Amino acid sequence: MSEPISSTSKHTVTPKTSVSVLFAGDSGDGMQLTGTQFANTVAVYGADLNTFPNFPSEIRAPAGTISGVSGFQLQFGSKPVYTPGAKFDVMVAMNAAALKANLKDLHRGGIIIACVEGFDEKNLKLSGYPEGANPLEDGTLSNYIVLKIPVLQLTREALRESGLSTKEIDRCKNMFVLGVLYWLYSLSIEVTTEMLHSKFGKDSTIAEANIKAIKAGYFFGDETEIFANIGRFDIAPAKQHGTYRRVTGNEACAIGLTAAAMKAGLKLFLGSYPITPATEILQTLAKFKKFGVKTFQAEDEIAGVLTSIGAAYGGALAATNTSGPGLALKTEALGLAVILELPLVVINVQRGGPSTGLPTKPEQSDLMMAMYGRHGDAPMPIVSASSPVDCFYATYEAARIAVEHMTPVMCLTDGYLALSSEPWKVDTGEHLPEIKPGIMPERQADDPPFLPYKRDERHVRPWAIPGTKGLEHRIGGLEKQHETGNVSHDPDNHELMTRFRAEKIEKIADSIPLQKIDNGPEKGDLLVLGWGSSYGAIKTAVEQALGQGLSVAHAHLRYLNPFPKNLGELMASYKKVLIPENNNGQLVHLIRDKYLFAPVSFTKVKGLPFNEMEILEKITDIIKEL
Amino acid sequence: MTDIDIAQASRPVLTAKDFASDQEPKWCPGCGDHAVLQQLKNVMPDLGMPPEEIVFISGIGCSSRLPYYMATYGVHGIHGRALPMASGLKTSRPELSVWVATGDGDALSIGGNHFIHTLRRNLDLNVVLFNNEIYGLTKGQYSPTTKIGLKTVTSPNGVIDHPFNTAALTLGSGGTFFARAMDRDGKYLRSVLHRAAQHKGTSLVEIYQNCPIFNNSAFEAFAGQENKDERTIYVEQDMPLVFGKFRQKGIRLDGSTPVVVDLSKGDISENDLWIHNERDIFKANLLARFFDDPLTVENFLPRPFGVFYVEDRMPYEDALTAQIEIAQKKGVGTLEELLKGDSAYNIK
Repeated sequence: MSEPISSTSKHTVTPKTSVSVLFAGDSGDGMQLTGTQFANTVAVYGADLNTFPNFPSEIRAPAGTISGVSGFQLQFGSKPVYTPGAKFDVMVAMNAAALKANLKDLHRGGIIIACVEGFDEKNLKLSGYPEGANPLEDGTLSNYIVLKIPVLQLTREALRESGLSTKEIDRCKNMFVLGVLYWLYSLSIEVTTEMLHSKFGKDSTIAEANIKAIKAGYFFGDETEIFANIGRFDIAPAKQHGTYRRVTGNEACAIGLTAAAMKAGLKLFLGSYPITPATEILQTLAKFKKFGVKTFQAEDEIAGVLTSIGAAYGGALAATNTSGPGLALKTEALGLAVILELPLVVINVQRGGPSTGLPTKPEQSDLMMAMYGRHGDAPMPIVSASSPVDCFYATYEAARIAVEHMTPVMCLTDGYLALSSEPWKVDTGEHLPEIKPGIMPERQADDPPFLPYKRDERHVRPWAIPGTKGLEHRIGGLEKQHETGNVSHDPDNHELMTRFRAEKIEKIADSIPLQKIDNGPEKGDLLVLGWGSSYGAIKTAVEQALGQGLSVAHAHLRYLNPFPKNLGELMASYKKVLIPENNNGQLVHLIRDKYLFAPVSFTKVKGLPFNEMEILEKITDIIKEL
Repeated sequence: MTDIDIAQASRPVLTAKDFASDQEPKWCPGCGDHAVLQQLKNVMPDLGMPPEEIVFISGIGCSSRLPYYMATYGVHGIHGRALPMASGLKTSRPELSVWVATGDGDALSIGGNHFIHTLRRNLDLNVVLFNNEIYGLTKGQYSPTTKIGLKTVTSPNGVIDHPFNTAALTLGSGGTFFARAMDRDGKYLRSVLHRAAQHKGTSLVEIYQNCPIFNNSAFEAFAGQENKDERTIYVEQDMPLVFGKFRQKGIRLDGSTPVVVDLSKGDISENDLWIHNERDIFKANLLARFFDDPLTVENFLPRPFGVFYVEDRMPYEDALTAQIEIAQKKGVGTLEELLKGDSAYNIK
């Protein structure tokens, strides 16, 4: 590809199929921006990629300390990439704390690009190295390739005449590092220079200084001797021709809701309250006014869901988004939505719990809450997303089920999917399933009386929207009489209505696809059954296991309630079923409960997603014992 | 003619009966809720809207059963949450007339957070707050408006919680309309509800409503015939604050302090009195503080009824609609644009 600045490098260029890079530094070092820029560049270049930001919940944790380390990991490659990489090949360490916090996840023999100034006495002390010890100097990193770059000094030299203050110049040091990485991976700096121009304006001093810093880093690669032994790398593009965009899971949820509303011919309404890591859904939708989207930032989580229920009563495609603590606050209202039998999409971006738990870390520990977390018998369908792009399709499907089956639907994503990103070949929308709301038309004078709880063969009641003549009706949280919807305390009626509500959800299984095998044989030794964000890690691990000749298959659940009709039969085709989950074993309970057999549970509750190595190891162990 | 009158002229004439549902009210005999329901039905035809464009939303409590008795659309929601449900409905469907029936426990205790935020947001909602100073449906526990000292099942030694002053809370929350009325003042209540319906913004009508079972005669100090004239004052726009059986008393502002003056001696005339101006937030704030208990306070100020305050402020839903219209000036976004986004790139 063309480079706006040309390299005069005599370095060798080694082709590679994939590489995992971590940008790590202090929360104030701009690592998220640096990583995002690098990701944008490799995306436009045509590599497949997967990103994962990892940062503390504090906005500015104490500088220089381990708790203040912010990281941005990405894997890119010339073949499909499903995870940010179990371990990274290259680590940018802007300071000693960044190195210390992440070294355990660097491949043996991996490259460390260290900002020398971040390893001064003060930084070494803050990050807890013993007095006098400096990992860059004392040989403790002999298993790695350590490239020491005086980033701050070189940035200051490059920008001496920029007219910026020292403080402003020092802030450009991340761009210098970005320039070095662009050089190292033979990438163009164009995407970032364009971004800087559009963000700060063509003639901006800030933009020019940043671009100068990138170029300085790029040319540094050419001129310095430190890369002599490793040379440069080149990764061939993976993506086929076409138009792509890069989305995070949260963005994809927002787009999915909007697309569903458009397809259904409804207005989208989101009632929400800011909560990590779900807020970007509200933020994205707040920008979608052009598409007619209405967002309502409520006073609390309860009002967030209640405004949505009000909008659903009024005929909108209504949604609310939240994370664990917020979902807890919404539970009473979700019971109301269940008994009102109104469509509502609840996107729960799971994070580490209980209580405030690990706000910025992913977990899959709200499955039981989604399934059972309401008083009374209050069943609710559950769908889950398996990748950032899949958040679009999962949300869309949640909306379809909600509208067509007149029920609240829980869509589970997590903090990993929410903030990770991957390229998405732009969907034309043609193949999205139709969404047909069962809106009741105006009642004519000789029509029979309107019955708001008269159900069809799927047990679905009509959607009677205010403004429609002749359908005036009153409903509420009190138990309702079958068909009329009038308040009823009749014991038999309550039992009947409880059964209807349960069967209505069970009958959704008639309209969802059968469970498919994602990869591997249809019969064999082991089925790895996953759900949610572990998709990439399981996919990669099973691919590798199949490569080793193991008899293993992968199935990934989109539908957690109801399960696809063939799930029991499908699981029975394997000697064992392995269920990896980022919780203390929740899906395994549901499976055991429904199918009366014992799958192997594999749990990880570290606030971190699974990596492929962990799963591969588990697969190998189980098959060995068969 | 007002907008409401014009709208009415072009539609079939509806009466209170057209707004009665087929459900029999299940409130206790003698409950003030019956009277409020009647006045709401009476005022509905004034809206000039057909029943299908009117929605009643409520929370939980005796008064929150009201939607079942109106032949409009209605939702009986969950405790304390009528306001956000109504807010979501109004935001997504600004053309509907949305009413909220709530009580002192529902609106001011469990729903207190929604109460203050709804008022500051100022959606065009009509909120009818039935204040009976007690929890009725759960059988007689004290509420956030119960008077200090009242013995109830949860305050056997007398209430020690300081009660909320709904008027002051409404104004303090940035509310744009506050009025107070009494259940038994049928005609007056109707006129106040009519004003509330006309107001574009959140109108808060506090109704002193008697619970004959658990807090009978809570408002007797103001409602009883023998005392009413001397202990209440009915405010009217541009009129002096005069009260008493023989209109012999008035309120004068002594600096910023309201004082009761005697008009019968002839040295003070009505011209010297406070003239009610419902557009004056400072005066409204003073009026809201007329909250003395005439049975315990000497030189008490009379309890005001009527429209305290009205402010024209763009309702939330109109501001949102305006933002959407601006965003759509160059065309409404299409599905294709949505899916492509604004940072798509081509790989050749």
